[in-house]
Amino acid sequence: MTTETKIITKNLNLHYGEKQALKNISLDIPVNRVTALIGPSGCGKSTFLRSLNRMNDLIENVSIDGSVLIDGTDIYHNGIDVVELRKKVGMIFQKSNPFPKSIYDNVAYGPRINGIHDKKVLDEIVEQSLQRSALLDEVKDDLKKSGLALSGGQQQRLCIARALAVNPDVLLMDEPASALDPIATAKIEELIYELKENYTIVIVTHNMQQAARVSDYTAFFYLGSLIEYDETKKIFTTPKEKQTEDYITGRFG
Amino acid sequence: MLLNRTQTNAFSTDRNTRSSAHHYTAPKIAGGNINLKKRFRIGEFIAENIIKGVAFISFAVIVLIFIFVFREAAPIFSPTKLTSTDNSELAQETYGEESSAASETVTEQKNKSVESSGSEGDATAKNLLGKEWQPVSENPKYGLLPLIVGSFKVTFIAVLIGAPIAILAALYTSFFAPRKLREFLKPTIEFLSGFPSVVIGFFALVTLASLFQNLFGYQYRLNAFVGGIALSLAAIPIIYSVTEDALSAVPKFMTEASLALGATKWQTALFVVLPAATPGVFAALLLGVGRAFGETMIVLMATGNAALMSMDFFEPIRTMSATIGAEMAEVVFGDTHYNVLFFIGSILFIFTFILNAVAEFYVRNKLQKRFQGTA
Repeated sequence: MTTETKIITKNLNLHYGEKQALKNISLDIPVNRVTALIGPSGCGKSTFLRSLNRMNDLIENVSIDGSVLIDGTDIYHNGIDVVELRKKVGMIFQKSNPFPKSIYDNVAYGPRINGIHDKKVLDEIVEQSLQRSALLDEVKDDLKKSGLALSGGQQQRLCIARALAVNPDVLLMDEPASALDPIATAKIEELIYELKENYTIVIVTHNMQQAARVSDYTAFFYLGSLIEYDETKKIFTTPKEKQTEDYITGRFG
Repeated sequence: MLLNRTQTNAFSTDRNTRSSAHHYTAPKIAGGNINLKKRFRIGEFIAENIIKGVAFISFAVIVLIFIFVFREAAPIFSPTKLTSTDNSELAQETYGEESSAASETVTEQKNKSVESSGSEGDATAKNLLGKEWQPVSENPKYGLLPLIVGSFKVTFIAVLIGAPIAILAALYTSFFAPRKLREFLKPTIEFLSGFPSVVIGFFALVTLASLFQNLFGYQYRLNAFVGGIALSLAAIPIIYSVTEDALSAVPKFMTEASLALGATKWQTALFVVLPAATPGVFAALLLGVGRAFGETMIVLMATGNAALMSMDFFEPIRTMSATIGAEMAEVVFGDTHYNVLFFIGSILFIFTFILNAVAEFYVRNKLQKRFQGTA
C-alpha cells in the first residue's frame, strides 16, 4: 500500500454468544481513502464495521478478541474512552435516522453535547457541515424545519452533516444508500468521493457497482472471514480468489 | 369471507385495466376447479356476535353509570328538589317496602331543615361555591371549595413527588439497567399498581404519618403532605409503567445515532430519548394525575379529613373522593346532601374523563406528528 494506514485490525475475532461472527480479520485501512466492504448478507461486514467504533458494545453477549488500532492506539484497550472514540469515528447508518428535531438542531446536536453553546460558533459549524454534506443549498432557508420532513436522500445527507459536525477522522457507512433511489444514491456517492479528501471512509455496500465506483480498496467477506482485500480495480478485474470472482460476477450471494 | 371478496375485487379491477388496453384479446380461461362461492360459517358468526355483544354491554354499562351519576346530581339544579313527595317516591322506588320508615325520616328531616334554615340549606350555586363543608349540621353548608382545593393539593403533592421518581426509574430501567435487572424491575414496580390502596393507606396512617411528624415536626399528624406521599405510591406505578413503555418505544436507531456521535448514555437519555418520548411521558403524567385525583381510600385514611381551606401543605385536608367515600354510606337517600355527593362524583367523573381524553387524543396526534416530521 502506498498511503499511510489509519486503521489496523489484527486477528479480530468476534462472537455473538456461541456464534462466531468474525474470524481472524486482519485488515489495514488506508487514510483518506474509501474502503468498501462487500459480501453476502450475514458475512460479518457490518459487524466488522461496527467493531471499528465499538457500537457492538451495545449488543449483549458480544465478546471480542484481537485488536483494532486507530492511529496506533488499540481501541479495545481498557483505558479507552468509548465516548471519545466515537467522536473520532463517526457512523452513518443504513436507515437514515435524524432526530425528531429541526435540521439545525440535528446538526448542532454533536457540538452541543460537546459543550459548544455559543450561537455564532454553532451557526458556523452547522453551515459548514451542511455545506460539506452538500445539503446546504437545499435547506438553508428552512433550518427550523424538522429533519424528518426531508426526503430520504436529504435525510441521509443530514445524517452525514450531523456526523461531520463533531469533526471525526473516520466515517463508517453502513449501506448508506441502500434505501435510496438512484438519483439520491448518485448524490451520496458523489459526496463520498468529495469527503475522502478529508476523511478516512469505510463503507459497507451490497451494491457491487457502488463499491466499484466509489472505493479505492475493497475487502470481500464471506462467512465471517476476510477472503480477499486489495485495490478495488484489482478485485473487480483480476480477483485472486475464486470465491471473490464468483461473488462479484453474481454467481452466488 | 373477506378473502373471497378481495379476490373477486382483484379479478374485476384486473379485467378493467385489461379491457382499457389497446390491443385486447380475450384471454382463454383455464379450466380449473375453484369454488369461490360465499360460504356461511356458523362458528365464525356466533363468535363474532358474542364478542360484539360483550363489547356493547360493557360500553352500555359505562354509559348507564354516567347517566345515573348525573341524574342523581341533577336535582340540586332544579327548583322542585325539596318537595317531599319527590323524595319519598324516589326512596320507595329503590328500597321497596323496607324504606317506608326511612322515607318518613327523610320527609321529616327535610321539612325540619327547610323550616329551620330556609333557603340556606339549599345547594344553590352560591352555597356550592362556599368555603365551608358542613353537610349534616342544623344549617347545612355545601361549600365544595375546600374539597376541590383538598383534592388538587394532595394530587399536586403526589405528582410532584411521584413523577420525578417514576420518570427517573423508567429512564433507568429502559436505558441503563442490564436486561436481566430490567426484567425483574419492571414487573415489580408495576405490581405495586395492583397493591390494595387500603394497605397503602393503612401504612401511611400508621407508619408514614408518625415518621414524617418526627422528621419535620409539624402540628397535625395526618395532613395533605402525608396523604400526598402515600398517594404518590399509588401514582408511581402508573406513571412509571406508561413512561417506560413510551421510552422503550423510542426507536433504537435514534439512540444509536446519538451514541455514535459520541454522546454519553446520560446525554442520549436526556436529550434524545426523553424528548422523543415527551408525548408518552405527558400521557403518563395525566394518567398519574387521574389516578391520584380519583383515589379514595388512601386519602380517606391519611389526610385527616378536615375540610379546611388553606394553602398549607402540612394541614389536614378532605378530598372530594374521600368525602363521597365517607359520607355516601350515611347520607339520607334523596336528600340534598345525597345529590351534592353525586354532584361531586360528577365533577370527579368529568375531570378524569377530560384528563383521559386529552391523554388519548392530544398525545396520539402529537406522537404521529413527531415521527412523521410535521412537528
